Amino acid sequence: MLAFVIRRVFQSVIVLLVVGLVAFSLFRFVGDPVENMLGQERTQADIDRLRAQLGLDQPFPVQYWRFLQNAADGNFGMSYRQGRPVTDLLIERAPATLELAFVSGLFALAGGIVLGIYTAIRKRGWLANFIMTASLIGVSLPTFLIGILLIWIFAVELGWLPSFGRGETVRIGWWTTGFLTESGLKALILPSITLGLYQMTLIMRLVRSEMLEVLRQDYIRFARARGLSERAVNFGHALKNTLVPVITVTGLQLGSIIAFAIITETVFQWPGVGLLFINAVQFVDIPVMAAYLMLISVMFVGINLIVDLLYVAIDPRLRADRAAAAK
Amino acid sequence: MTHPILSVRDLVVEIPTRRGVLRPVDRVSFDIARGEVLGVVGESGAGKSMTGTAVIGLIDPPGHIAGGEVVLGGERIDHLPPERMRRIRGKRIGMVFQDPLTSLNPLLRIGDQLTETILTHLGVTEAQARARAVAALEEVGIPAAARRIGSYPHEFSGGMRQRVVIALALAAEPDLVIADEPTTALDVSVQAQIIALLKRLCRERGTAVMLITHDMGVIAEAADRVAVMYAGRLAEIGPVAEVIARPQHPYTRGLMAATPMATAPGARLNQIPGAMPRLDAIPPGCAFHPRCPLAEAQCKTGAPPTVAGCGGRASCWVVAREAGIVAQGAHA
Repeated sequence: MLAFVIRRVFQSVIVLLVVGLVAFSLFRFVGDPVENMLGQERTQADIDRLRAQLGLDQPFPVQYWRFLQNAADGNFGMSYRQGRPVTDLLIERAPATLELAFVSGLFALAGGIVLGIYTAIRKRGWLANFIMTASLIGVSLPTFLIGILLIWIFAVELGWLPSFGRGETVRIGWWTTGFLTESGLKALILPSITLGLYQMTLIMRLVRSEMLEVLRQDYIRFARARGLSERAVNFGHALKNTLVPVITVTGLQLGSIIAFAIITETVFQWPGVGLLFINAVQFVDIPVMAAYLMLISVMFVGINLIVDLLYVAIDPRLRADRAAAAK
Repeated sequence: MTHPILSVRDLVVEIPTRRGVLRPVDRVSFDIARGEVLGVVGESGAGKSMTGTAVIGLIDPPGHIAGGEVVLGGERIDHLPPERMRRIRGKRIGMVFQDPLTSLNPLLRIGDQLTETILTHLGVTEAQARARAVAALEEVGIPAAARRIGSYPHEFSGGMRQRVVIALALAAEPDLVIADEPTTALDVSVQAQIIALLKRLCRERGTAVMLITHDMGVIAEAADRVAVMYAGRLAEIGPVAEVIARPQHPYTRGLMAATPMATAPGARLNQIPGAMPRLDAIPPGCAFHPRCPLAEAQCKTGAPPTVAGCGGRASCWVVAREAGIVAQGAHA
């Protein structure tokens, strides 16, 4: 087990290095930050001095190496625009994004699994059919449109919920949370639904089709033939077998929830890292962009690692394979 | 046969499809006495499994029992509400499926699957259920049962898994076990062991068995009586020795001629020409007449009469004529 974890962590590090390289080379084409940082009245001497100061005069491999060295120390440089350490900016913004991702992930997972099971068990019921049809809308509407629709209905027309921002937040150490105030919780509702709706319909459809597949299996027939109650059959026997593939997709989706938060954060002016990134792109703030991409890839890789470990926890056959492979 | 544990009368199973209603089981009647082993043979698609599935009430919709009755220990069970039928399954009728590799839930320990079944049907405590589970495993010949109870299905071989399946089917001591091709998926060397085990356990408990198979060898070895099915209908039923020695129905005769006998090695096997009709194209009259070497004009039009004799009965015009009771016409 330990060997497996170490091997996976090692693979993860390689993935991160590659992502960093790709991201770093892309930034050479997004524009010249120096253009934005110096005013109209700049001289060539100013430009050269700033370039040297930022290390932009160095060849590409040197720049990348320096970036890695600093990143290993948790130092992602200074933001060109705000003149503050990028690490501080990210730490300041991360709670907003993580709370949003957490709530919408929870919404997507809970809603998706419950609706998926329901539509699988009652596959001929009218409500199940209605849910399936409605889910098509969820899948096909783009995120920003859902956000704007929700704002229009619940913020503009009904006036129940705020249309932007996080509401009041409470500081706990370096973490700021919106969970503890009423306005903070209210502000979470619309962005979470916007961000999680697509994932929810996806998980729902996946759970449904997996569940239908599992319910056709012999061991389900055998469980029925032994007179187990519908509840025991559906939840004791079928659900667990359904979850193995669901966990993979859910894990990947959780990663993309954080990544796709960019759009939702822009629509709702949510002060998270996604909004920070969008602003950074406009200003060619390379250190912020690089740090953001690294952060996202660390999360993706980390989530994948957890997903792999969960597999082993759920499916005993994998444990046996691992044990056999280790011998 | 004073008090049959299971009595099936004119059972009809129908499956509505877009191109008409299929009848995988058509007016099948038979009894199983307490402790008796009834073998059910026939080609694939003859309706053997469907009959077993109908008895235990597990036909997948849109299929359903469209006629006749199933009486278990004096109580009609074919139209019970789902919840009452569920209580009968496992408790009074157990079922063993064909493939032990797929009939156990791969993610649950076999001990948990056993205790779960025991707790569902018997009012015992968790600890008592555990003890019973260990005993059940010991009885089916799982070595070191107390330790193996914590194992997952993939840690057993196919034959061992089928033993576990049998332990599960018998866990709540049912009156009747429906064994649907219990040895088909197993090695030949293991088949005999499993059949012997099933037979021993059922004899000890007085459990009746409906043994569904396409293997005449298994029937000859294990069954008391045998029912021969063809195209959803019962062709012939009678004591095993009788049916093997003196098959009445032309289909049974063909089947016997097509079974390899250890007594006549090297002899060429006979074949029944043609193939069983598909469910949507069952010929009128006797379903077997297009393949029957003895077919007469009336075989093509009227449903064959059922003739009793030699402790069994057969549904055939020719047999009826030979027995001298021609033109009764009605399906008895």
